[in-house]
Amino acid sequence: MTEPLAEVSNLSVDFVTRESSVRAVNDVNFTMLPGEVMCMLGESGSGKSVTMRALMRLLPPKRSVISGGIRIAGQDVQAMDATALRRMRGSTVSMIFQEPMTAFDPVVRVGDQIAEVVSVHRGVSHAAGRQRALDLFELVRIPSAQRRLDAYPHELSGGLRQRAMIALALSCEPKLLLADEPTTALDATVQIQVLILLRRLQQEMGMSVIFVTHDLGVAAEIADRVAVMYAGRVVETGPVRDLMRRPLHPYTAGLLASTVHDQPRDQDLETIPGTPPDMRHLPPGCAFAPRCPRAGTDCITTVPPPVTPAPGRIVRCLRVEAELV
Amino acid sequence: MFGYVVRRLLAAIPIALGVSMVCFALVYLAPGDPVQTLLPPDADAETVERLKRLYGLDRPLPIQYLEWLWRVMQGDFGKSIATGRPVLDEILRSLGNTVLLATLSVLIAFSVAFILGTIAGRRTGTWLDRIVTGIAVLGVSIPNYWLGIVLVIIFSVELMVLPASGMAGDTFDPTSWEHIQHVVLPVFTLSMIPVGIIARTTRSAVAEVMNQEFVVTLRANGLPEWRVLRHALKNALPPVLAVMGLQFGTLMGGSILVETVFSWPGSGFMLSKAILNRDVPVLQGTILVLAMIFVTVNLTVDLFQSSLDPRIRRG
Repeated sequence: MTEPLAEVSNLSVDFVTRESSVRAVNDVNFTMLPGEVMCMLGESGSGKSVTMRALMRLLPPKRSVISGGIRIAGQDVQAMDATALRRMRGSTVSMIFQEPMTAFDPVVRVGDQIAEVVSVHRGVSHAAGRQRALDLFELVRIPSAQRRLDAYPHELSGGLRQRAMIALALSCEPKLLLADEPTTALDATVQIQVLILLRRLQQEMGMSVIFVTHDLGVAAEIADRVAVMYAGRVVETGPVRDLMRRPLHPYTAGLLASTVHDQPRDQDLETIPGTPPDMRHLPPGCAFAPRCPRAGTDCITTVPPPVTPAPGRIVRCLRVEAELV
Repeated sequence: MFGYVVRRLLAAIPIALGVSMVCFALVYLAPGDPVQTLLPPDADAETVERLKRLYGLDRPLPIQYLEWLWRVMQGDFGKSIATGRPVLDEILRSLGNTVLLATLSVLIAFSVAFILGTIAGRRTGTWLDRIVTGIAVLGVSIPNYWLGIVLVIIFSVELMVLPASGMAGDTFDPTSWEHIQHVVLPVFTLSMIPVGIIARTTRSAVAEVMNQEFVVTLRANGLPEWRVLRHALKNALPPVLAVMGLQFGTLMGGSILVETVFSWPGSGFMLSKAILNRDVPVLQGTILVLAMIFVTVNLTVDLFQSSLDPRIRRG
């Protein structure tokens, strides 16, 4: 068995203010093998982005508390000092952000921003960094790459900006790429192009990718494995095909039923009743219980433990155990 | 970039013309008559008429304006009514002294305030931030003429380490220790308000930039903190420069009160004398030159800003 690239165990993230503390991520566990693509699926506020940022310790240290274990490429991220953290960020692990307009420094040419990162991590000159940036721009298929190096972020279209953002993230050949809703801010046609590009690059470079999205179609397109998050917990994880074909958690089933794909025409889409819970006042038992069609009284009082009903699949639901075992 | 520079320069011309008209008109809107001031109260009507003709005050205002503008463009600001000397000479001498004070004050204020503001802006809400904000509020709220007097009492009267007034010569000589000593107190006094204003502007600009998403990206790319700060400061600098330019312009007008406290022969001192004497040519000339300097400084700041932030050029 190959050594896992990333291991996350019992990861919790609390946001603390003077008055209160909110648990945004609650006891999340997963491992990533080299070259594996995992999709993190969930609604806004379910803790996907926070989990990603916790992996790189990008959350504001004074306002957040991260507990649990994070190991990436054999190193304990939690125990890293500032220097080790800096060396890891952008080289071993890098991140693509949702909104490429705000993710670039608006007053520096994109080519120079990439060159700076390359020269910091590889210890090469700025000119060599620019050369690398040019190669990357060609890799991500930016037309007239040479000219675009000198463009400022506001001079690029949304699609090109996201391609430049991908070039920046890939500049030091990361082993793990964290893509935080990289296509959400783009037009539908551009979304598909960027998605195809990311899949091609992943296959060529053989890196692991965690792809955060709330779009099931995207997950089906790109992922090997899916982790579904709800109210800060991973409620279900499994290989993408099995999970799509036979969702075990009622929330996953609800998500699948509410997509446009493969649904009979002229019928209203099914929706999940209710709204996501207020993270400050989570119900004592299963967080999904108030919206769940199959919830019983036990669901309201007990937090469901993770169960493994089939190899490679983990579900947090009291009802599943009763059915499959 | 070149197109932007040309556009800005062209836009400055109507501003300059407008300013010159206002300068010219302002003097005639003010009460009092220069001829009356010059002559004894019992002068007969014929003498008054003769003097008016001599200074061209008998002709219609638009003609007076155009003639004045034509002469001014050739560098002839007329002669001072009070002293009879060419206005240009007087302006240049006093303005040079004020430029010295204003430049030193703004440079010192900028260096101190930019560092203070950056420290505070990176750590909003901490005790460091509160100290800096306190300094900034003090700087803006202490009346600087009062501060000047207090400083004179402490350093000139009690400790006797610095001179109280004057500038020890007609023109500043940077190699003379005595001249430098004379500059210290006025410059310190004048820099207090700019320190406060620039520190506050820097603080809020830096705090705003540090909250932007791209700062997270820079960190996510493993850039060391000083590089992150360099990116942030480049973003925060344009508004700070704008405020700095305005402060320089204000100081160029010469603080009448501070220059009076230190008997500093600058433009503020001269303006106050010209106002008391109803010395119209000196008033007009000084205000015009000051306004032109103000326009030039702002233009320079604009161009500098646009070289820092490419988004401004499109506007």
